[in-house]
Amino acid sequence: MKTPYKRKQYWNAPTLSVWERAYLPEILRGLGITGGVFLRNMKRWITGRKGALTTYYPEETRFDYAPGNRGKHVLTQRPDGRPQCVACNMCATVCPAKVIEIEAGFDPTDAAHPKYPVRFEIDYSRCIFCGLCVEACPEDAIRMAKETPGLPAEDRHQMWLTMDEMLTWQPQRDVAKPYPAAGADPVAGPHAVAGPRPAAGGAARTGAPR
Amino acid sequence: MTQDLSVYLVFIAYAVGMLMTFGTVLTWVERKQAAVMSDRIGANRAYVRIPFTQVKLVWWGLFHGLADGLKMLVKEDFKPRSYDWYAYAVAPWVVFTPVLLVFGVVPFGGMLDPGRLFPALADWFGGRTYPMQIARLDAGLLMVFAFSGLTIIGTMLAGWASANKFSLLGGLRAGSQMISYELVMGLTVLGLILIFGTVDLDSMVRQQSGVVLGAVPAWGVVYQPFAAVLFMTAAIAENKRIPFDLPEAESELIAGYYTEYSAMKMGLFMFAEFIEIAIIGALFTTLFLGGYNLPYMNDAGFALPGGYTIAMSHGAVVVTQLVTFLVKVLVVCSFQILVRWSLPRFRYDQVLRFAWKFMLPLALVNLAVTAVLVWSHQGAPQ
Repeated sequence: MKTPYKRKQYWNAPTLSVWERAYLPEILRGLGITGGVFLRNMKRWITGRKGALTTYYPEETRFDYAPGNRGKHVLTQRPDGRPQCVACNMCATVCPAKVIEIEAGFDPTDAAHPKYPVRFEIDYSRCIFCGLCVEACPEDAIRMAKETPGLPAEDRHQMWLTMDEMLTWQPQRDVAKPYPAAGADPVAGPHAVAGPRPAAGGAARTGAPR
Repeated sequence: MTQDLSVYLVFIAYAVGMLMTFGTVLTWVERKQAAVMSDRIGANRAYVRIPFTQVKLVWWGLFHGLADGLKMLVKEDFKPRSYDWYAYAVAPWVVFTPVLLVFGVVPFGGMLDPGRLFPALADWFGGRTYPMQIARLDAGLLMVFAFSGLTIIGTMLAGWASANKFSLLGGLRAGSQMISYELVMGLTVLGLILIFGTVDLDSMVRQQSGVVLGAVPAWGVVYQPFAAVLFMTAAIAENKRIPFDLPEAESELIAGYYTEYSAMKMGLFMFAEFIEIAIIGALFTTLFLGGYNLPYMNDAGFALPGGYTIAMSHGAVVVTQLVTFLVKVLVVCSFQILVRWSLPRFRYDQVLRFAWKFMLPLALVNLAVTAVLVWSHQGAPQ
């Protein structure tokens, strides 16, 4: 004989004990927990410590950003401090939010890098921090540091980051590409730059101040 | 005559100012307490800049209340197309006004003797004394229930006049819930009326000034601990706050009976709710926490149990009583906020079942036991 269909029970049998169903004791326990947290945090505030997990964002930034965090843009520099950027506009072209504006200049005295950026600005009110500009750069001239940019501003026109603010980083220490030796004149001409570059030269300069 | 008028005008100004201040400050207290309870900081960005300087006063976000008020005043006052315009416009005031009126019979201080307070005016006052209370009614407690019952009309009016299904549902819920809990609230207080033998709030507070069993202050909560819990619960339900905020359950009814209200009309509903927190605090303080009384304190100073007395001037006594009352009210308000940020919301059927099948029988049992005890102590009434 076929067993009759037994409907599945989708609800749980009540498992509360009598004590829990009396309601008031458990309510009081809950109030005790929240009130205890309140008193603990108030004690911390009163004794001058911080009783909250919140970070006051613009005044205070978190210290535990991941090393690979895509934060503020930085422009890497040549040993003489000029930007490594050659104003090729590849980052501005690939940028999905169209936030990078580059104005190129011509420097006839620098035969190796005659094209350089006069103006390099990023509109942080629209930047989506995708990192495509870093991927697109053929010169390793733009990177993203793990620190956040100082974003909060009174209006959107104050949220442009200029080239000066992005050139604050000293990149010689960890730029993989070796630089010309310190004695080499960067504006000496194509032959001097095209010559054999001492691979150890870059490493030797790593600790030296610029 | 002029003396009475001037004193009572001062009382009224004090009471209205106190309630408005409480209504504003409680919005801040609620935000901050909720934040501290959940490891947050809370609203702290609004500031007032002193003109012509760069000094910005933040004061722990105390000015967010001002910012809220300003926002509500300058917002567009949206009105729905189809509504009973008169009822729609009048409903917030029907909710707001009785809440203020309830405070008229609550004593917020002891006996005031203006002649002793200001010796220059002693001749003019001629030794008159005034209890610090706006209206000294024999039927004080009855007036409290009469006026707090009026707010039901306002909420139902708002729900009906908005011509909105959600508002109507909220109004219905508000009506049934508030009537149910009004009953429980009345029954819990009956025990106190039996014990004190009066419904005059000032006389009730006066009887709570002594000491029972040697050292325990003779507060109502000592006589009626059970009623105190029931009263608090029913009062929170009456005020429609979490865990009893079914009339405005935002996950089901958008905002309940004030869905269609905007700008300052909606602000009045919110303000009435916050002032009612203070009113509940004041009532609970008056009925169960001894009102303005401190333990061992009388109108002349402190009389400590060891036979020590500390004499205080009349001005000091008055200030102490006023501050005591305010502090007690603030503590009760803070407790209500603690409840609001700790407990989850009931289901609608649970709210009504809780009122009629749980709290009403308990209140009746409490009343019966109190009646038997009072009868065994004092004998049958003549």
